Amino acid sequence: MKFIDVTLQLLDGFGTTCLLFALTLVFALPLGLLICFGSMTKFKPLRYLTRAFVWIIRGTPLMLQLFVVFYVPGMLFDNPIFSQFANGRFVAALVAFVINYACYFSEIYRGGIESISKGQYEACAVLGMTKGQTFFHVVLPQVVKRIVPPMSNEIITLVKDTSLARVIAVIDIVFAAETILSLKALIWPLFYAGAFYLIFNGLLTLLFGFIEKKLSYYKV
Amino acid sequence: MAILEVKGIKKSFGSTNVLKGIDFSLEKGEVIAIIGSSGSGKTTLLRCLNFLEFADEGTISVNGEVLYDGVAESSAKKKLKNDDKRLRKQRLHFGLVFQNFNLFPHKSVMGNLMLAPVLQAKSELSFMERWRFEKSDAYAAIREKALATLKRVGLIEKKDSYPCELSGGQQQRVAIARALVMNPDILCFDEPTSALDPELTGEVLKVIRELKDSSTTMIVVTHEMEFARDVADKVIYMADGVIEEAGTPEEVFGSPKSERTKAFLASRKNAAAIQEDKPE
Ligand SMILES: Nc1ncnc2c1ncn2[C@@H]1O[C@H](COP(=O)(O)OP(=O)(O)O)[C@@H](O)[C@H]1O
Ligand SMILES: [Mg+2]
Repeated sequence: MKFIDVTLQLLDGFGTTCLLFALTLVFALPLGLLICFGSMTKFKPLRYLTRAFVWIIRGTPLMLQLFVVFYVPGMLFDNPIFSQFANGRFVAALVAFVINYACYFSEIYRGGIESISKGQYEACAVLGMTKGQTFFHVVLPQVVKRIVPPMSNEIITLVKDTSLARVIAVIDIVFAAETILSLKALIWPLFYAGAFYLIFNGLLTLLFGFIEKKLSYYKV
Repeated sequence: MAILEVKGIKKSFGSTNVLKGIDFSLEKGEVIAIIGSSGSGKTTLLRCLNFLEFADEGTISVNGEVLYDGVAESSAKKKLKNDDKRLRKQRLHFGLVFQNFNLFPHKSVMGNLMLAPVLQAKSELSFMERWRFEKSDAYAAIREKALATLKRVGLIEKKDSYPCELSGGQQQRVAIARALVMNPDILCFDEPTSALDPELTGEVLKVIRELKDSSTTMIVVTHEMEFARDVADKVIYMADGVIEEAGTPEEVFGSPKSERTKAFLASRKNAAAIQEDKPE
């Protein structure tokens, strides 16, 4: 099997990897903020419920969660929804990733919001600002700066975690490399796949470094 | 007529009675200095005036208008708390300068001064007008006002700096300017120099002195006895949530009547003497 054929097959899988990565971010970033508000609300039942949910998701393996999302609907309701359409497996993986990462993000957001001092809120209050103005013009900009380092860690982990999706037979880049291994008995495509991750994460690291630098015009 | 009239303010946190009935009034352009040992309730009093806390009892009137009536609000204490619009409007009668400045670290000096007035002006505009706000006369007026205020506190050359690039004294002067831009009727200071190195207190006290000369009405909680003595029109000595003694600086510092006041002033003198003796 030629290098070019392997490359094409891996690129096909890598497309799925990238799509899973990007869509997870698109949904998990805002959902995380929602879960964060839930875990900080003054309404106790909702707060405890949200925190318990986050605890469960963060306390169990993502691989297990992939199985649960994919198989449980079929077992519970006799309706294997994710096997009934073409991209069902991909969608199941996406759902599991979004839930999992939204929970991690929510904790990072919460840490960021709670690290803003009471004095900032009080300064806004005595200047006659509304709660919304306070959050969007004073709290959020400072939170963004503080959470860039932990968020970049989490996002780089997400790139690598996407390879877990193959446990429910989503054809990502590692799945593609494994297929070549079992059909053609070639091991090097697996290492080649690793290079894709390295380059992707290298680019992300550069991007986050750039963002951090952009935000370093002030110190807290 | 008094610009500020405070009557019977009481405030407790759980079972601790922090304020046990505070009465005083303030004429326009007057400066009151509040002195007292730590824990006597000075900060809590300022916070009640700025509605960061809600007094359990008592009234607060500005220019004859009752802004807050503890008894009326207590049945519906949640009311002022939850009536965001009224709360914000009432807060604007007062300004508050914090002990630790509480500047917005992500905003430049001008950004700190202009944020609240710009948001306030924008909130009254339609969506399209907001879009073009930075080109409007109203925006230019706010900017002019902010620049003029910065000049007053002597920091015009720092207008584009960020708080992290300023000394503590400069940060506190920015905080004073930020409060002034909102045109409060009464400007409150909570130990404005306590967080500063001794060599930086002078510049902040000088600004407050100049504000007095331009007839700004002020309430200054301070540990600087010298300053209180020559800037204040009235001095209040607070102890354990009550006004133990009040009067002109000559009365309170020169011939205090209460034993507690005497003891407090003596202890401050000793502290000051020790400070001065301390070798650098
Ligand atoms: N939010 C609060 N909850 C409980 N106790 C408080 C609170 N704020 C202040 N106190 C108490 O009230 C008393 C007076 O505090 P404070 O007004 O800060 O005094 P001062 O400014 O004169 O030092 C202190 O004993 C303090 O512990
Ligand atoms: Mg205090």
